[in-house]
Amino acid sequence: MAEPDSHSLRRRLRSSQVLLGAAGALAFVAAWYLLVRFEVWRFAKLPDPLSVVREWTARRPQYGVSLYTAAYYQDIWTSTVRVFCAFALATLLGVPTGIALGWSRSVREFLFPLLELIRPIPPLAWVPLAVLMLANQEAAMIFLTWIAAFFATVLNTMLGVTSIDPAYVRAAYCLGSRPQDVLRHVVVPAALPYVFTGLQIAMGVAWFSLVAGEMIAGQAGLGYMILSAYMDLQTTTIVIGMVTLGLVGFLSSALVRWLGERLTAWQFS
Amino acid sequence: MAVLLKAEARTAGAGAISLRSVRKVYASSAGAVEAIADWTLEIAPGEFLAVVGPSGCGKTTLLNAIAGFDPITAGEIALDGTTIASAGYLAPPGADRVVVFQNGALFPWKNVVDNIAYGPIVQRRMSHEQALRAAHALLERVGLADVARAFPLKLSSGVQRRVEMLRALINDPKALLLDEPFRALDAISKSAMHEELLRLYESTQKTIFFITHDLDEAILLADRVVVSATRPARVKRVLHVDLPRPRSPLMTASREFLELRAQLTGVVHEEAEKALRRGERELA
Amino acid sequence: MRLEGVLTAVRVSAARGTRLRTKRVESVRVLRGAAGIMGFLALWELGVLAHVPILAQIPAPLEVARAQWQLLHEARYYVDWLVSLERVSAGFLIAALVGIPLGLLMGWRAKFRYLTFPVFEILRPIPPLAWVPLSIVFWPTTESSIVFVIFLGAFFTVVLNTLAGVRAIDQRYVRAAISLGATPAIIFRRIILPGALPSIFTGLTVGMGITWSVLIAAEIIAGKSGLGYMTWEAYVAGAFPIIIAGMFSIGVAGYASSAVVRLVARYAMPWTKPF
Repeated sequence: MAEPDSHSLRRRLRSSQVLLGAAGALAFVAAWYLLVRFEVWRFAKLPDPLSVVREWTARRPQYGVSLYTAAYYQDIWTSTVRVFCAFALATLLGVPTGIALGWSRSVREFLFPLLELIRPIPPLAWVPLAVLMLANQEAAMIFLTWIAAFFATVLNTMLGVTSIDPAYVRAAYCLGSRPQDVLRHVVVPAALPYVFTGLQIAMGVAWFSLVAGEMIAGQAGLGYMILSAYMDLQTTTIVIGMVTLGLVGFLSSALVRWLGERLTAWQFS
Repeated sequence: MAVLLKAEARTAGAGAISLRSVRKVYASSAGAVEAIADWTLEIAPGEFLAVVGPSGCGKTTLLNAIAGFDPITAGEIALDGTTIASAGYLAPPGADRVVVFQNGALFPWKNVVDNIAYGPIVQRRMSHEQALRAAHALLERVGLADVARAFPLKLSSGVQRRVEMLRALINDPKALLLDEPFRALDAISKSAMHEELLRLYESTQKTIFFITHDLDEAILLADRVVVSATRPARVKRVLHVDLPRPRSPLMTASREFLELRAQLTGVVHEEAEKALRRGERELA
Repeated sequence: MRLEGVLTAVRVSAARGTRLRTKRVESVRVLRGAAGIMGFLALWELGVLAHVPILAQIPAPLEVARAQWQLLHEARYYVDWLVSLERVSAGFLIAALVGIPLGLLMGWRAKFRYLTFPVFEILRPIPPLAWVPLSIVFWPTTESSIVFVIFLGAFFTVVLNTLAGVRAIDQRYVRAAISLGATPAIIFRRIILPGALPSIFTGLTVGMGITWSVLIAAEIIAGKSGLGYMTWEAYVAGAFPIIIAGMFSIGVAGYASSAVVRLVARYAMPWTKPF
């Protein structure tokens, strides 16, 4: 038999990691199933995992929502469009604001205290105001989602700019840069890793706020789907909605992460 | 690298640096601190000047003033007769006196070629293509062509420093300001860097202002070694190094070298003691 | 703000031949901050008065101030504060009590981490508020379901930050301790726990921020009291100035509770810089 080299050792280790992970996930699902089936305490009120999967994949779902129904994709589409509109707005407005705040001391001194005053208000506390301010339902949803994403983007971008190693700025001036060259060739690229950290957080909070907004004041979207399923006491559909939210949330975060890693590949040695 | 650099070099002029009674006081939470007391020195065009002294003795402060980063409180600094710093005046940093930084300041988000081509592009001295071609040519000549497209963080610190020197030299500056550029290198790459810097200096004859802690390095490279007194910084002693050029790291074993070394050690030791005693007093 | 020095120097030097600026006084900074805030309030007031499209719908700052003043004289306002504080404290404390030990164990024992981590990764992307309906169905009282959702909001952040804190501990400390003859219990107490503490407190601070956001939505969806409910009720009743007064109150509450976490952090970790 061959000597186990470090490579195959690592592979063995990884396979045990995968195995244990699968076991953990399986145990979770099994516990859920058993608790529901044997009606332990109030678990009787929840749907078990099997019926969720059955409903989710049914051609003719009992409660109207499954992989084969158009309504399901409509809700996903509505929410996704809202999140991406809000996210794009947060990026377009937040990154330049963050750079201005980090780059210019005057801008920072005038605006940062105001920002710090508004920031502690949780994004969801804006719900009533958003609904009041924006008669258009779509605009209210996007506003709510935007406000959370905006702060995360601004603050991380600003942090990125203020933590640039001054040696880079000095080197750039030494080499004959004008301030606009420094902005373009030093400040923006150097802050980019932080910007993407901010955008990842922004994507997370965007989904977070959108769901709440849709549950409270929406008439479509995944959050609304969950709430209306609750009103109709269709717990299976609630779980389908939750799982779907987890999936699209995960995918959109992964998209941002992938983009960030591609654009800042230089930082990995 | 140097041979071809020279061939390409535009005549940038001389590069004489005069430091006249330079003084620097800055405010700190503990009150005014005098970092530099009275620095006076004439650096000849094309001279290699090394400055040694204990940490925190104000060497970097001086370099920052020459570079145009930090203002001085009194006195005057002139480059080829033009004042670049005096009380209340500071000429902006520029490509006529390029700094190579202590921990390296290659832009990690630009690859090697783009880093080198950066100066000529932003100064609009060359078109984008011209600058890239010049950068490629430079790399080719020093045998670094295969790292042209690599990002700096993927390279060893030695290669990073070489690239950073190319990035400075492509601008054909009057003076190079080097702030302990080899500090983070191991002994072997350091020795290789000494050889490369010597070759480069001896063929381009740029004025070099070189800060270091390493006495051997200072003697091996420089025409004159200035020992700076500790806080506040003053010129404590100027040592002429008469070793012939071209120099090589082998000279560190010569008798002349060892004599200079002994002399320099004596002077520096005195200052180090003073700094140490002050450190103890501050702690007490 | 290390960049500051550089930028100032550059600005000074850019104006060739001008006198160097004298050192800026702290009071200028405060004045500018105040000017920024006052300017914002003035624009808002003017916007409302001038019927600028979106602003026309919302109450002006002076009305809000008046509403806030009135609220301060109502007993119910303080009851709402208390109720919200109770819910947040309960959910947050349970999240800390369950999350920190779990995170420590996941960081300390690789097998346990392999076993549990995937489940976390599956559950984590589900926004906490998506749990509200199921939570109402499951828990016997509305109160417990609100606390449960708040708990979820902070829980994942606390666990993952604790885990990351343990994993980031320099192995040299552990090896040094082993070579000095430390037992696993001592290593855990003297190295793992203090080593992970900064990260744990980061998790707690972030988690505290999330709890308030979750609380507001949960109160709107399921509550009959609390600051979040107060703002929604004001919306439904058409008492618009109270909406903004409520937002302001929630902001103060959130800020204050984060400040408490930071204060605890400073006492628990005297060796670090305050954050």
